[in-house]
Amino acid sequence: MTILIDESTRVIVQGMSGRIGKFHAEDMIKHGTNVVGGVTPGRGGETVLGRPIFNTVKEAVEAVGAEASLVFVPPPGAADAIMEAAEAGLKFAVCVTDGIPSQDMMRVKRFLRRFPAARKMRFIGPNCAGIISPGKGFMGIMPPAIYLPGRVGIVGRSGTLGYEAASQMKALGIGVSTSVGIGGDPINGSSFRDILELFEADPDTDAVMMIGEIGGPQEAEAAAYARDHMTKPVVAYIAGLSAPKGRKMGHAGAIISAFGESAQEKVEILSAAGITVAPTPSAMGETIARVLGARQAA
Amino acid sequence: MDIHEHQAKDLLKRFGMPVPDGGIAFAPEQAMHEARKLGFPVVVKAQVHAGGRGAAGGVKLCQSEAEVSAFALSLLGRNLVTKQTDAGGKPVHRLLVEQATDIGKELYLGLVLDRKSERIMIVASREGGMEIEDLAEEQPDALIRMVIDPAVGLAPFQSRELAFGLGMAGAQVAQFATVLRACYRAFRDQDATMVEINPLVITGSGDLVALDAKMSFDTNALFRRPEVAALRDPGQEDPREDAAAEHGLSYVGLEGDIGCIINGAGLAMATMDMIQLAGGQPANFLDIGGGASAERVVAAFRTVLSDPNVSVILVNIFAGINRCDWVAAGVVQAYRDLNLTLPVVVRLAGTNVEEGRQIIIESGLPLLSADTLAEAAATAVAARPRMAA
Repeated sequence: MTILIDESTRVIVQGMSGRIGKFHAEDMIKHGTNVVGGVTPGRGGETVLGRPIFNTVKEAVEAVGAEASLVFVPPPGAADAIMEAAEAGLKFAVCVTDGIPSQDMMRVKRFLRRFPAARKMRFIGPNCAGIISPGKGFMGIMPPAIYLPGRVGIVGRSGTLGYEAASQMKALGIGVSTSVGIGGDPINGSSFRDILELFEADPDTDAVMMIGEIGGPQEAEAAAYARDHMTKPVVAYIAGLSAPKGRKMGHAGAIISAFGESAQEKVEILSAAGITVAPTPSAMGETIARVLGARQAA
Repeated sequence: MDIHEHQAKDLLKRFGMPVPDGGIAFAPEQAMHEARKLGFPVVVKAQVHAGGRGAAGGVKLCQSEAEVSAFALSLLGRNLVTKQTDAGGKPVHRLLVEQATDIGKELYLGLVLDRKSERIMIVASREGGMEIEDLAEEQPDALIRMVIDPAVGLAPFQSRELAFGLGMAGAQVAQFATVLRACYRAFRDQDATMVEINPLVITGSGDLVALDAKMSFDTNALFRRPEVAALRDPGQEDPREDAAAEHGLSYVGLEGDIGCIINGAGLAMATMDMIQLAGGQPANFLDIGGGASAERVVAAFRTVLSDPNVSVILVNIFAGINRCDWVAAGVVQAYRDLNLTLPVVVRLAGTNVEEGRQIIIESGLPLLSADTLAEAAATAVAARPRMAA
């Protein structure tokens, strides 16, 4: 097992007829992902990469048993595509699209709440690199070769910083069960806490590398969850220690979440919750190695 | 994206917000003309994208045309430095001339996109006029917060609760509903991220009026808000950030001397952290974005080099959706086209890394290469020219 995706997950790509959608779908297939079709409204009946294209997500569910979707739809239509996936009954969707208006995401989150827990779609992203279970499959835009299969989960906002962590771990012979990019947008589908819950429940994950950054309340929420509910060790890094205090967020914005938004404050919150924080971004790999070593010795 | 006070007032007025009568002026004569139309006294307010204008001398109550003219002359074309600007301040190119308001009481009203509830949140207080950060720190209990369900919208009972909570009575309660509805509808319909009325004034005769107004907008939504996009004033923004944005680059100028060209916001911040931990200071944040062409990389070099403090450039790319060979070609092209002499450190990893490294080697240029993030930062810090003692 791994979380979210493995070699059996039946994946569709919304926007597979597009240049970027097709490029990444091809890479996903090449690396063993079970891509069963694509959705592009108006292009139903066509074939791309040997897979059928459907007009709607519902048709893809009925015809090929789609379970998960990778959304490559441009910003104006992305939120609508995500809601279509939820309504069609998919288990989860990952959206890579960067630039979706915040109020569209607000509506998506409100829409998802209408479903009972058992049929509520898990949503990851947007503005993320996607998810990968190395050797089993991936949905996203990451370079799969940098990940070694293994037993450490990665969850992070930044795609490229997640690559950095995976490659540092690979250099030390540490593999990844699943890596999840939750994306850099202010309103996102799954939080750090949501993904930590999945890793805690996954028998094939021994520890978690969590990569946060300045802004927003999600690292603090994850810290409280790890302290109260997790048995597995969590190692964290928070990017932006050298970032200046921004005033761009606007006055009213700064007030609501002023406390705990800087990297320094987040490091303090995480440390206080018993999470080991990597002192530098180049020490992510060695910090997880040290924590794993201590666990084995114990 | 921020807009000016007068633009925010015009926009909110269309949604029913009561604002003082006033007009905009780009020259002293225009300011005098507007003042004459309104009748004295008037308030003249410098229009810049920063708060703290009053304390910085950017707002004045004027009793005569001579006073308006003198004040306008002293402000127009100058930079106004407030506690929210940097030391250089923001240029004043327009003034808002308004009818003076008889202030009975000052309240605070703000709407913001709240990340925790993932909804629009109203923040209100009986204590208006002061900075909301100071208010939150000094009197956190004086703030009333309320979130709006996007599926339902602002409910009348929410307006009533807030109005009574702010100590209003009688006709003010209905007036406040109009004020709040204007804020909410403008926020929702124009894809704002922040609306702030500080202060919202109760006049001597008991009526509500927005004495100041501030709005920010979601840049991701500008594609469907051409009216809002047209309100942009590039004169208030860092020209380097604008130039960078035109090439699909995200740039923020900083104080140090190590220029950074990186892909991904998280990796960019981490690289800046690493530079600082290695004993240096980053000159900028720069994210080249996904799928960067050689041309975009060259544009990134131009942007970074527009900062005269830059003495070293560090390129750190971990390619996923990007390609190391394209980035390497861009680095080589920039080095040649821009006749670079300063040290350039290049660290490539990820998609097509071997092809990228090959391009760097075959170029024969004196580029400093690094394999890891730590090595890249250390090399860049060591490559800085030594300052004369």
